[in-house]
Amino acid sequence: MAGITLENVGKTYAGDVAAVADVNLEINDGEFVVLVGPSGCGKSTLLRMVAGLETITEGRVTIGARVVNNLEPADRDIAMVFQNYALYPHMTVRQNLSYGLKNRRMPRDEITRRVDEAAGILEIGEYLDRKPRALSGGQRQRVAMGRAIVREPAAFLFDEPLSNLDAKLRVSMRGEIRSLQKRLGTTSVYVTHDQLEAMTLADRLVVLRGGRIEQIGAPIEVYRRPVSTFVAGFIGSPAMNLLPGTLQGGQLHVGGQSFAVEVAGNEKVEVGIRPEDLRPAKSGEPGLAVSLAYVEALGAQQLGHFRVDGHPLVAAFPPDQLVHDRMSLAFDRTILHLFSAETGKRLN
Amino acid sequence: MVENQRWLNILAHLVLIAGVLVVAFPVYIAFIASTHEPSAFVSGVVPLLPGSNAANSYADVLTGGVSSQMSVPISLMLKNSMIMALSIAIGKIVISILSAFAIVYFRFPFRQAAFWMIFITLMLPVEVRIVPTFQVISNLGMLNSYAGLSIPLIASATATFLFRQVFLTIPDELMEAARIDGAGPLKFFKDILLPLSRTNIAALFVILFIYGWNQYIWPILVTTDDKYQTIVAGIKRMADVVDSEPLWNYIMATSVLAMLPPVVVVIMMQRLFVKGLVETEK
Repeated sequence: MAGITLENVGKTYAGDVAAVADVNLEINDGEFVVLVGPSGCGKSTLLRMVAGLETITEGRVTIGARVVNNLEPADRDIAMVFQNYALYPHMTVRQNLSYGLKNRRMPRDEITRRVDEAAGILEIGEYLDRKPRALSGGQRQRVAMGRAIVREPAAFLFDEPLSNLDAKLRVSMRGEIRSLQKRLGTTSVYVTHDQLEAMTLADRLVVLRGGRIEQIGAPIEVYRRPVSTFVAGFIGSPAMNLLPGTLQGGQLHVGGQSFAVEVAGNEKVEVGIRPEDLRPAKSGEPGLAVSLAYVEALGAQQLGHFRVDGHPLVAAFPPDQLVHDRMSLAFDRTILHLFSAETGKRLN
Repeated sequence: MVENQRWLNILAHLVLIAGVLVVAFPVYIAFIASTHEPSAFVSGVVPLLPGSNAANSYADVLTGGVSSQMSVPISLMLKNSMIMALSIAIGKIVISILSAFAIVYFRFPFRQAAFWMIFITLMLPVEVRIVPTFQVISNLGMLNSYAGLSIPLIASATATFLFRQVFLTIPDELMEAARIDGAGPLKFFKDILLPLSRTNIAALFVILFIYGWNQYIWPILVTTDDKYQTIVAGIKRMADVVDSEPLWNYIMATSVLAMLPPVVVVIMMQRLFVKGLVETEK
């Protein structure tokens, strides 16, 4: 059990390509932190630097009380779960689980105890003598997690572990990972590009962009108050609508409406409205005049895809809502998100 | 594509049977020849049925009762060939799997250059470099020795290339998982890479054993001492007789015997061999 601290961590590849820059992050003991971001944002690189699979070119990584920059992965007291499971194909499940322990010269009865315990937790006891190729994707994923558990490490590192599973299994494995981590209380760092996975798993979210941390916070906090248009567009599904507007002396002009906001300054802004915050305007209520492009019925809700002044706009309605070709959509002015059009940073 | 049409089946079988006949007929003739009197095959009519001399031919060949024709007993030649073929096959596999391991898994200066230099030697088979190679072996005093017979043939670009391709299909994550599991490079090699390339090693062993067994020019060049004569080269010498007819029954009996070890190797390793050639999933 240990926390992980990253101080000014950076990774520069040959030719001055910075994959990760200036990352400061303190992960508390027992915390579940999710690194999320689009492809190429450096999240995997960051995780692999913690694991010791990539060299750390700048800064310092501490696991527990030890600086691990120059330690071999095996000496860092971590366990990693890979996207493609990385099970040894020629070994049985039991051999897969015990391989790391054997290399550590652990006594045989202790290995057996730990493997049986992990197999019990993950309900893979009946597959112990099979080889990975005889297992389904979900079972392989459990074995991969079992290999992490038997190590009883200071931290679990997950590198997009659910990406190779089908949608349904992904949801159930997600729940299992969450409850398993709660039960074991092991510090975990989890990398994903799936914002839903990130939202549901994380104690704290770290949104990465271009190798830098864009925002750190509890999922609901990041959802409610994204610090930039980037985070706003990334967290939440369907993505937050961003409409161009102007801020002038405390008045916001957007989509043909003007109203007072508690933000000073005169500049062009992006106004963020979550699809779920839009509803049809009551008669007489001011709203955005929109024209319908198409409707997606999802069962529990329906998504209306509209256009307003040539900009796309998505609204989430209850399934029984009638959607017309021309509508007026109202929103709660107090939960608007205002971003600077120039820098993309949050203003309110 | 699985077609199940009667005429296609018949045609396919005809082609296959024709192929088998073309390959098997000379072997059959060799066997027939070994069962007749020495003169039977020079009489002008080639017999197609086994003769009655089989027991004599094989007994003489195996017990060395034809010493007038052969300076070396066949058992010694078989042994020499066996040593040479095994050394070449095992040596090639060991060296090439290690160099492929280095090229794929280690970052060192001139790694690509090393790979391409090995790769370029693919264009230089033994026959092309035979004179300088002979010079080197001669200077090293390795003429008339097992080392001289096998070492120059051990370096193998083909096998290195093959193992490189095999290793490249093994996902990097496996190596990373092994690192996290505390396996150093050699442990990873022994515990993960070797078992995973087992079928490829077997397939390569079969091919290389036969390659080594069939070596002809090189053994003739480097061995003048009869003690190191290999069987393939020996057969040639048996046919080179002066002032008399070659004893075709003995020559053919020896040929048939010379074919047996490769056949045994192929049969023993057949299952792994086929797997190694067709298996792609790791």
